[in-house]
Amino acid sequence: MGIDRAAVDHIARLARLDLSDAERSRMQTELAQILGHAERIQSLDLDGVEPTSHSIPLSNVTRPDEVGPSLTQEEALQNAPDAEDGRFKVPRIIEDA
Amino acid sequence: MVASRFLASSKMPELHWTGARELARMLEAKEVSSEEVTRAFIERGQAVDDKLHAYLAPTAEIALDSARAADERRAVGNALSAFDGVPIAYKDIFCTKGVRTTSGSRILEGFVPPYDSTVVARGHGAGLPMLGKLNMDEFAMGSSTENSGYGPTHNPWDLDAVPGGSSGGSTALVAAGGSPWSWGTDTGGSVRQPASVCGLVGVKPTYGLVSRYGVIAFASSLDSPGPITRTVEDAAALLSIGAGHDPHDSTSIPNRAEDYLDGIDAGISGMRIGIVDEFQGAAGTQPGVTTRIDEAYERLEKLGAKLEHISLPSFEHGISAYYLVAPAEASSNLARYDGVRYAFRAQGDDIVSMMSRTRDEGFGDEVKRRVMLGTYALAAGYYDAYYGKAQKVRTLITRDLQRAYESVDLIVSPTSPTTAFKIGERTSDPLAMYLSDIFTVPVNMAGNAGISVPCGLSPDDGLPVGLQIIAKSLDEKTMFRAAYAFEKDLGWIDSPEGRPSL
Amino acid sequence: MNVVADKYETTIGLETHVELSTKSKMFCACEVGFAGEPNTRTCPVCLALPGSLPVANEKAIEYTLKIALALNCSIATRSLFHRKNYFYPDMPKNYQISQYDFPLGSKGFLEITGEWGTKRIGINRVHLEEDTGKSTHIGGSGRIADSDYSLEDFNRAGTPLVEIVSEPDIGSAEEARAYVTEMRALLESLDVSDVRMEEGSMRVDANISIALMGAEEFGAKVEVKNMNSIRSVARALEHEEVRQRKALDAGEILIQETRHFDEKNGTTSSLRTKEFAFDYRYFPEPDLVPFEPDPATVESIKSSLPETPAVRRQRFAAEYGLSEYDVGVLTSSRATSQWFEAAATVYAGEAKKIANWITADLFGLLNEAGIELADSKITPAQLAGLVELIDAGTISGKQAKNVLAEMFTSGKDAADIAKDLGLEQVSDEGALETAVDEVIAENADAADKVRAGQLNTIGFLVGQVMKKTKGQANPGIVNDLLKRKLS
Ligand SMILES: [Mg+2]
Ligand SMILES: [Zn+2]
Repeated sequence: MGIDRAAVDHIARLARLDLSDAERSRMQTELAQILGHAERIQSLDLDGVEPTSHSIPLSNVTRPDEVGPSLTQEEALQNAPDAEDGRFKVPRIIEDA
Repeated sequence: MVASRFLASSKMPELHWTGARELARMLEAKEVSSEEVTRAFIERGQAVDDKLHAYLAPTAEIALDSARAADERRAVGNALSAFDGVPIAYKDIFCTKGVRTTSGSRILEGFVPPYDSTVVARGHGAGLPMLGKLNMDEFAMGSSTENSGYGPTHNPWDLDAVPGGSSGGSTALVAAGGSPWSWGTDTGGSVRQPASVCGLVGVKPTYGLVSRYGVIAFASSLDSPGPITRTVEDAAALLSIGAGHDPHDSTSIPNRAEDYLDGIDAGISGMRIGIVDEFQGAAGTQPGVTTRIDEAYERLEKLGAKLEHISLPSFEHGISAYYLVAPAEASSNLARYDGVRYAFRAQGDDIVSMMSRTRDEGFGDEVKRRVMLGTYALAAGYYDAYYGKAQKVRTLITRDLQRAYESVDLIVSPTSPTTAFKIGERTSDPLAMYLSDIFTVPVNMAGNAGISVPCGLSPDDGLPVGLQIIAKSLDEKTMFRAAYAFEKDLGWIDSPEGRPSL
Repeated sequence: MNVVADKYETTIGLETHVELSTKSKMFCACEVGFAGEPNTRTCPVCLALPGSLPVANEKAIEYTLKIALALNCSIATRSLFHRKNYFYPDMPKNYQISQYDFPLGSKGFLEITGEWGTKRIGINRVHLEEDTGKSTHIGGSGRIADSDYSLEDFNRAGTPLVEIVSEPDIGSAEEARAYVTEMRALLESLDVSDVRMEEGSMRVDANISIALMGAEEFGAKVEVKNMNSIRSVARALEHEEVRQRKALDAGEILIQETRHFDEKNGTTSSLRTKEFAFDYRYFPEPDLVPFEPDPATVESIKSSLPETPAVRRQRFAAEYGLSEYDVGVLTSSRATSQWFEAAATVYAGEAKKIANWITADLFGLLNEAGIELADSKITPAQLAGLVELIDAGTISGKQAKNVLAEMFTSGKDAADIAKDLGLEQVSDEGALETAVDEVIAENADAADKVRAGQLNTIGFLVGQVMKKTKGQANPGIVNDLLKRKLS
């Protein structure tokens, strides 16, 4: 499975990774190698096989609608890199996929 | 006066080489105090850790306070559990209220959780003093602990070799006598493989048996917290403390808590044990490992088990499927590390550059590699070919195992194709590193229980080899029975050879 | 009528998000609600702290099933939560737990009535997800576009949110208005959300495309956001219909884009210059297990669904003989219907009278004061009391309007107010007799005309008596007295 530089750039943007050029080239080789190994399962005939997303046969796990304790504002912001007026401060928001 | 009695008693074994069950007995018999025991492990840890770098954060003061509290409880006959006062250490993947927790990543440097993971809370509930937080591959991604953002951990059996991973700090510390036991997590072998290469017992319980609440997620559908100990009995005991239903984890199995020590010594005569054809002579298996494993099979037969060959065709695809499923889930689980709410933030003049730089600078190479791989496997146009197919392979692996368990009670294999490899030996070749999980990964994919138990040192390099025993889901008791019988008959762990000369 | 309108065909699909009024959040025990200091309703789960895990709120699932069933949806036998992955600072995990190919409800419909008669709008899906936190943009105009930085409050993050996606069956802005009005009334009648669009507990986004009549495929899909009231939904879509038609007439090619509705000048503007192809990388949420609704439970929810606004409208018309207009106003919300029915049951006479007082007078007062019926001081029983005073002839209809206004502000009973204002009419014959006798004496020839049988002249004499009594006399009684004395 070849993976071109454009794909690496697209994936890096989706994953919010500001990779250097060197990292991108290395990533391109390594991903191709690993995905190449994964090619083996491409050949398998898996039609009609149900996918497994959970290895345990559980269903309908819910909690009652009851209010429990929340963190204080101080606890919530305790690890914040930047905060203002009891809220988390972030740089200018721009739209991007 | 407790202390004086301790000092008086001659032929007292070195405390730090004493197992948890024996320590519990001594505490109950007032032969020793928890403060003395805890101090012994703290001092041993301090003595060896400059060589090992097993600790990311020792918490000696917290441990000693808890130890004194345990002694007070025992003095008035109010022990919280049979193990009240027996210290423990945790992989840094478990959230600990008020104690910095990083999952081995720089992106979480300085993060202090406001809550305890369920495993840690149950440890506190049983009265186990916490010695500290242990090194690991960043976000549990690795098999050598070389991927830690805080530097590698060394193997007590060979300081130039890796302790395995990702729970390498947890295995190195216990192997060196720095703690009687510890908790690790196993997503593709991260408890069993490091236990194997450090000459310890490592358990990967049935998925959902031990709560994941407060365990920093790597691959949610595979992550299983597990005990790391020197003996099978201690492993069964620690699992009994940590297992049980947790309403905070939707994937927690609603089972009643069990005492896994029950009937552990019932023996294995008549037990049917399967040997996986597909694993025989697997590429890259070290000759010395094969030697010890073949001996182990003979020993099991000698103990009365019926060995038979079974075929698990889907297992050869385990690694391929695992390295799509785990990175896919990880790419999503690790999205929250964006510099907004906690810990590390890199500067950026808009939100996208801030997040992207934070993640590029905060994550190590292996994490970035898997986040990229997982994002790719889930991306439009690739999902069906990669993630979708991998989830179907998972179904095949589960079916193969179910079919196998119609004819056998347990399945055995090497835990790892090799003994501990040298630090730096495989860092340049990620795929080779991935292939060292070949025997352990299918168990996580199916959600079954597995254990690694020592079977001596490899004749070619003198390093520990581990035997993997795989049980049905929720059949841990049968698994412990076999491991216990094997361990006792081998008698290796209690022999001088069972301890690294550090 | 409009030539342009006939040349083109409008296709609208609406996506409605409703915050459920559960006590606790969707996946954690934090309290749901708008009040409170920023970040005081958060926990490791809704802040996405490392290691935290979601557990689904059973009430939220029940509410979603209620909504799906009320919208005539079929309920999934096996439903899954998925992760919708994208980075946004108001979304703590940088993925939203939502539903993808196995929603709780699908393939339903909502009926809307108007000049087009009754039309069925298909419901594609009803699914359950979680809300985001709130960003405040600091600097510039306060709009995201030119702000310097933003502040994040996660009190709202994790509030249960139901998404209802319509089929593209809506053919005009008017139909869209009817759909949202009907949807809001239906949701309100289910008591699962406070459906306040102004406060964002109900949000509507639209997809509108315009193509030549009978064209094979739809025109470019334009998404319209930021419509904070039913009225603005209609205004925004009317504007888009006109804008897109003009563009097409001018031979322009419309592009697929997202546009922002500006409440002030009633226009839309493109939200982003470049449009990204989002790739949400949906996959089954591994931290949650499948949900398989128990058929018995589904049946019991279905059978215990409250009366829908549509059914209630028919009942009001039949049971109370109300006009279409009155029915419309009185069923506009569950609260209003209940208020009306409470008053109607207390009141002995025709419910129609009660209806008139509510729709004509009471709603006038409410609009002036800009408050909801529920928030007004006056009770249903008090309104019934007022109408009874009129029936008894204690006060006139004209005086009743002033009394109602007073009741509205003071919350006092009609009778007390009538007393205070000295409005009660003098109906005691003894008290009126002297005045009547005086008037007869003072207007001898008019009196003779009446005696001679010219009964129409009696009105003049009644008027004189009213003058004498400064309007306090009960005209009916005066009339009878005069007739008796002059026959
Ligand atoms: Mg939505
Ligand atoms: Zn919360």
